[in-house]
Amino acid sequence: MSIKSITTGQSDAVGEQSAPPPAIELKAISKSFGLVKANHNVDLKVLPGTIHGIIGENGAGKSTLMSILYGFYEADSGDIFIHGHKKTIHSSRDAISFGIGMVHQHFMLVETFTVLENVMLGAEGGTLLNESSKTAREELIKLSKEYSLSVDPDALTGDLPVGLQQRVEILKALYRGAEILILDEPTGVLTPQETDQLFKILDILRSRGVSIILITHKLQEIMAITDRVSVMRAGTMVSERETVATSKNELAELMVGRKVLLEVDKTDANPAEILLEATDLTHEEGGVVLLDSVSLNLRAGEIVGIAGVSGNGQTQLLAALSGICPLQKGSIQIGDVKITPKAHYSPKEFRDIGVGHVPEDRHRMGMVNAFAARETAIMGFHEDPAFNGKILMDQKAIEENCTRLMHDYDVRPEDPSLKSANFSGGNQQKLVLAREMDRNPKVLLVGQPTRGVDIGAIEFIHKNLIKMRDAGSAILIVSVELEEIMSLSDRILVMFEGRIVGEVSGKDANAQQLGLLMGNAGNQKADLPPDEKNKDISNRKNDHSEEVAV
Amino acid sequence: MSSPSKTLPAWIDVGLIPLINITFAFIVSGLVIFIIGEDPIEAVKLLVYGAFGNDYNLGYTLYYTTNFIFTGLAVAVAFHASLFNIGGEGQAYIGGLGVGLLCLALDQYVPLWVILPLAIIVSGLFGAAWAYIPAYLQAYRGSHIVITTIMFNFIAYSLINYILTNVLIEPGSGSPESRDLLETAHIPTFQDAFGWFGIKIEYTPLNLSILLALISSVFVWLFLWHTRWGYAVRMLGFNNNAANYSGINTRRVIVGTMCLSGALASFVGINEIMGVHHRLIMDFPAGYGYTGIAVALMGRNHPIGIVIASLLFGALYQGGTELSFEISTIQKEMVLTIQGFVILFCGALAYMARPTIERFFFALTPKNQTVAAE
Repeated sequence: MSIKSITTGQSDAVGEQSAPPPAIELKAISKSFGLVKANHNVDLKVLPGTIHGIIGENGAGKSTLMSILYGFYEADSGDIFIHGHKKTIHSSRDAISFGIGMVHQHFMLVETFTVLENVMLGAEGGTLLNESSKTAREELIKLSKEYSLSVDPDALTGDLPVGLQQRVEILKALYRGAEILILDEPTGVLTPQETDQLFKILDILRSRGVSIILITHKLQEIMAITDRVSVMRAGTMVSERETVATSKNELAELMVGRKVLLEVDKTDANPAEILLEATDLTHEEGGVVLLDSVSLNLRAGEIVGIAGVSGNGQTQLLAALSGICPLQKGSIQIGDVKITPKAHYSPKEFRDIGVGHVPEDRHRMGMVNAFAARETAIMGFHEDPAFNGKILMDQKAIEENCTRLMHDYDVRPEDPSLKSANFSGGNQQKLVLAREMDRNPKVLLVGQPTRGVDIGAIEFIHKNLIKMRDAGSAILIVSVELEEIMSLSDRILVMFEGRIVGEVSGKDANAQQLGLLMGNAGNQKADLPPDEKNKDISNRKNDHSEEVAV
Repeated sequence: MSSPSKTLPAWIDVGLIPLINITFAFIVSGLVIFIIGEDPIEAVKLLVYGAFGNDYNLGYTLYYTTNFIFTGLAVAVAFHASLFNIGGEGQAYIGGLGVGLLCLALDQYVPLWVILPLAIIVSGLFGAAWAYIPAYLQAYRGSHIVITTIMFNFIAYSLINYILTNVLIEPGSGSPESRDLLETAHIPTFQDAFGWFGIKIEYTPLNLSILLALISSVFVWLFLWHTRWGYAVRMLGFNNNAANYSGINTRRVIVGTMCLSGALASFVGINEIMGVHHRLIMDFPAGYGYTGIAVALMGRNHPIGIVIASLLFGALYQGGTELSFEISTIQKEMVLTIQGFVILFCGALAYMARPTIERFFFALTPKNQTVAAE
């Protein structure tokens, strides 16, 4: 990748011996929440004009560290130096005044405001808007030119594609005089092309002297754009590397603390009979078409992956296929059961005919944080006679069920009474998967199988999904992690604006081609030079208008 | 990852923290009493004696407690489905109407052991029906239950006002109340009950309804934590989406929970009509429905907590009344102020002391018990 060569050139120039003090230096930062040490004696040095990656598993303490730097939390102990001066940061206001800007994972934009209004918000600089908006406009246009961040100041923010919204966030930070920019998982909602675009912007910012901290859990991003990388694990900074001097495998090992298998080990699929056939599913909500004539089938013994930028109908598809949302149009055939808008099946009835569902967002749907693990482990099956007497529930059976699931699926700690919220993300996900997989469903729907799950658990989850496929289940996977889709799926369907816009066999898939489909650039444009494609995608405002929220 | 990690042990959460809150309330109340020139220690002594000092005082305390248990449980059950039932007052009132009508119809013909179970059922049905309408509107039409239940309290008051002044009033009588119920519709008081064993105690309104209150508490506990329906209620309360995902018919659960809540509140009618007044009168819910909210809050929506909180509120009611008898400068309003402080500290400010106590607790426990970081 061309960006990488620039990176390498730069990082050589910025040696550790160079005269200017680090843009940011954190010394022995510690922060505990109750008994949990989210950060423990963390040191970090970010050199000016570099991109510094911070990588670590979920729960490693990356976000806590950045929240301390940006003034959301105060550290229990430790010092912060900005350009060599010791500073105390009590609030994000302080952080901004010291030249620190942050682009959050979930954008902090008012969708009904124009770009200009969003940029000004909170920094109006006067009682009357007219005067300040004039100067703000000039300033904004100047910034856009200087950093090649073109965006229409009068466009309604909600109408912009996600990539451009992110650009507005960056402009917002620069407008407030940020010289140090923190980006928290910035690529989570972007297509591969938009990601490339973002990296180009970061590259330009770096060349203008902006220091950037990039928080991510994606190894390839670290390799692609950063100059240096710090690895966090369990609240501590385990090591720091120059990006050119490390590798994905080494970083993964540092993150987890042991060797991990990044590739999924699997044999070819032997698809057999069709277990689920959806025909012409269409769903509309408030005038917005969320699903547009989606037809697909799932065969026994195969994994079908749904690729797509988040918010293009995947959520609705899972809701339809699991009965959470009644059908409006179309039909689903499962075995000899035909579900139509008139013959509705509830999620419970879907379960009864052998459809398991691991929802995309376990906190929103798949579990109840306040429930004990044993209660989360019977969700959807709480009326099962196995767990019930005539009136009272059989607490012993419920407890045993949970203990068994925890044992079989390696959920730790193995304590059925522990509150669901107190398990780590990976263990929560394993518990949800265990619940759904344990019944050997004919069809298993899995949304974001490894969202917020640490690498060790990812390996385990992938292995189990493949084991289930080989045992003859049909599995549908929805994931925003393209790599995951590519490595697990035997067949990949790409969704865009509620439609299925392409189908690729798992073996032949590559990120570039899928990325184009995800942005609906279509196959016909695949032969454009990369720059053209990017432009093409980011200019498609109308096509993206529904892509906003995630 | 920054979610508050470790939870406090139960004895702190439901024991120590409420105790500290009550202490705060009493300290502030003591200050106010001191300001008006009375001795706070003396006042507390009188208050405690007034609530528990002899069989008469204790009887009254427990009589109030009975009502608070019913309304507290009603609020708590709804709260577990994240529904805020402010309508306990109206549901109690309508439940009482049901009890009254049933007793007026049957007391000439059948004995108590026939009337009582019927009264429990009819009262529950009436209370449930009164809760059903706001519940239906919430579940199927999206009207907010807080608004509708409050409105239904007023409607209940107007309705019974009308019925008593126009329908049930005794011919020639000037006061809006029904005729007196016959002995067959009287629930034995504790004076009667102790009398059976030859023990003489003073008459108080305390009657055997308190057993119904205790049974209801056990029932609510079993229902919420040991049945699949209670499981569905709690899941709905914690996470609506998860309930949907689990195949729970959330609308039906909303309606069902509210009906149960209304039925529990309605039992105030049993205590008041069959146990105390022995006729249908105006205004017998006397604010118990509203105080039930504070009781549930203080009892952390758990039946055990609610029984304890009810006892406390009962004691405050009764002890406060005695206090205002004994010290003339402490008037009824002062007693209300003290109750207000208790509600303020235990209800509205229930979590005020929590962070500090958490810090203390975690500072005192050894660090090596660190749990897995979320």
